Amino acid sequence: MDFLGFLITQCLNALSQASVLLFLACGLTLIFGIMRIINFAHGAIFMLGAYVGHTIVVLTGQFWLALIAAPLVVAGIGALFEMFLLSRLYARRDGGAYLMITFGLAIVLSEAVRLIWGAQPKGIDLPEVLTGVVFLLDQPFPIYRLFLIGLGVSASIALWQFLERTRTGLLIRAVSQNPEMVHALGTDIRIVRTGVFALGCGLAAFGGILATPLFGAYLAMGNNVVVDAFVIVIIGGMGSFLGSVIGSIMVGFVQVFGAYYFPSMALSLLYLLMLTVLIVRPGGLLGKEE
Amino acid sequence: MLRVTGLNTYYGTGHILQGVDLEIEKGQIAAVLGRNGVGKTTTVRSIMGLVPPRSGEVWLGDTNMAGWAPYRVARAGVAYVPEGRMIFPDLTVIDNLRVAERRPAKIWPMERLLELFPALADRRTHKGSQLSGGEQQMLAVARALITDPTVMLFDEPSQGLAPLVVRELVGVIHRLRDEGVTVLLVEQNLKLAEAVGDIVYVMVKGRMMYRAPIAQFQLEREAVKSKYLAL
Ligand SMILES: Nc1ncnc2c1ncn2[C@@H]1O[C@H](COP(=O)(O)OP(=O)(O)OP(=O)(O)O)[C@@H](O)[C@H]1O
Ligand SMILES: [Mg+2]
Repeated sequence: MDFLGFLITQCLNALSQASVLLFLACGLTLIFGIMRIINFAHGAIFMLGAYVGHTIVVLTGQFWLALIAAPLVVAGIGALFEMFLLSRLYARRDGGAYLMITFGLAIVLSEAVRLIWGAQPKGIDLPEVLTGVVFLLDQPFPIYRLFLIGLGVSASIALWQFLERTRTGLLIRAVSQNPEMVHALGTDIRIVRTGVFALGCGLAAFGGILATPLFGAYLAMGNNVVVDAFVIVIIGGMGSFLGSVIGSIMVGFVQVFGAYYFPSMALSLLYLLMLTVLIVRPGGLLGKEE
Repeated sequence: MLRVTGLNTYYGTGHILQGVDLEIEKGQIAAVLGRNGVGKTTTVRSIMGLVPPRSGEVWLGDTNMAGWAPYRVARAGVAYVPEGRMIFPDLTVIDNLRVAERRPAKIWPMERLLELFPALADRRTHKGSQLSGGEQQMLAVARALITDPTVMLFDEPSQGLAPLVVRELVGVIHRLRDEGVTVLLVEQNLKLAEAVGDIVYVMVKGRMMYRAPIAQFQLEREAVKSKYLAL
């Protein structure tokens, strides 16, 4: 067998895996950075994105439309949740309350999805340009996975530039360091919080749609992948955007190569990676020790 | 310009401000003295809307701002230089200023501030956490000024600063008066308070117990000190 070809396809597999995880993890870390909230509904929101995307594709036959509209719909739901429920808890500064309400949202969303779409898994049909394979050193490789890598790379760069170069990005970074001071300098931080929560939900939903052509949309899809996202966020450093990008790539590689070489202990490898990182850097790769 | 009447503020069940009254004319500098824990910071934070007062009024000109969210108070022209400076530690000097620069400043634009504080100009790409205490204080003042405030609230700006830097601060506050900015200055440093204050307030247990123009305060200083400020 051509080892180089094998290696290249495995690396690309790892990167495409990382791309899907990236959308989930970035949303999680952004929300944590701004609100110091661990969003336990993040997996359910990922799933919701997949189902909403499925329905849009079924109704309109437009994959591209679903890719844009479904995250917007889910971001809107996230914004409403933040404005009407979550925001009532900020004054309490009580981590337990956040846990309960986001966990509650997860349960409500899961049950709602079961009622609306049923327990049968759903698929999303890809447009023709994204189907089929290309041959890399005689190894077949799905075009869709290349598309995922492209999206992952461009989205990382776009988000990074957004955070570093725009005024909104500056305010988001400032709020993550001292929300009260930003408020006292004339910016309504309630809008920043709602916006970031919605953005995080939209990113997760985007990841959910992207995962569906690979694995289908099913009720447990969020639970299966949100653990990976938590590991990524911890590896990268809670609240660090670039840390999450690096963490996603590391987890993608460990999962793909782990599944090939040590299939029986693929999950333990993930925790081993997390443990190693935390021993070397207790706050995560780019995080702060708190 | 700034008039506070009957302000009552609680932390939980703790009745911290028990009817604070305060009045500062336009362009005046009022120094608020008081021992630790009497509620000076709470007064400033109540005016700013960071701790909503339970009752009382906060008049800026002819608008009552009591109960407003902090961003609205800021937009109405009140700028805040907090205790401990609260510089954004991971943002550069310039970005710290940009957070406050919601629109281009007319009176205190970025270039003027960098001229006024040459130390900041030299360190413009340094992060907030890399600055010295004095530089952070100047940045906190500059960050407040870039909002073109009509009223500035200072909470113990001299804390932890070297005497030379305190003298620089005195110069800056005099510049503010020249521009007609109204200043509320909470201070434990009596020298600084006397160097800039037009009127002096002394706060005791959640109330203003003493108010006098600076000339009168200087005559009564020792009596006021032993009555209200001694430990
Ligand atoms: N977040 C809080 N929760 C509960 N009590 C508080 C809080 N902040 C301050 N206090 C209490 O309110 C009282 C007034 O505090 P405040 O900070 O206003 O005093 P201060 O005059 O600024 O003191 P200092 O000179 O030490 O800065 C103190 O008794 C303090 O213990
Ligand atoms: Mg204080």
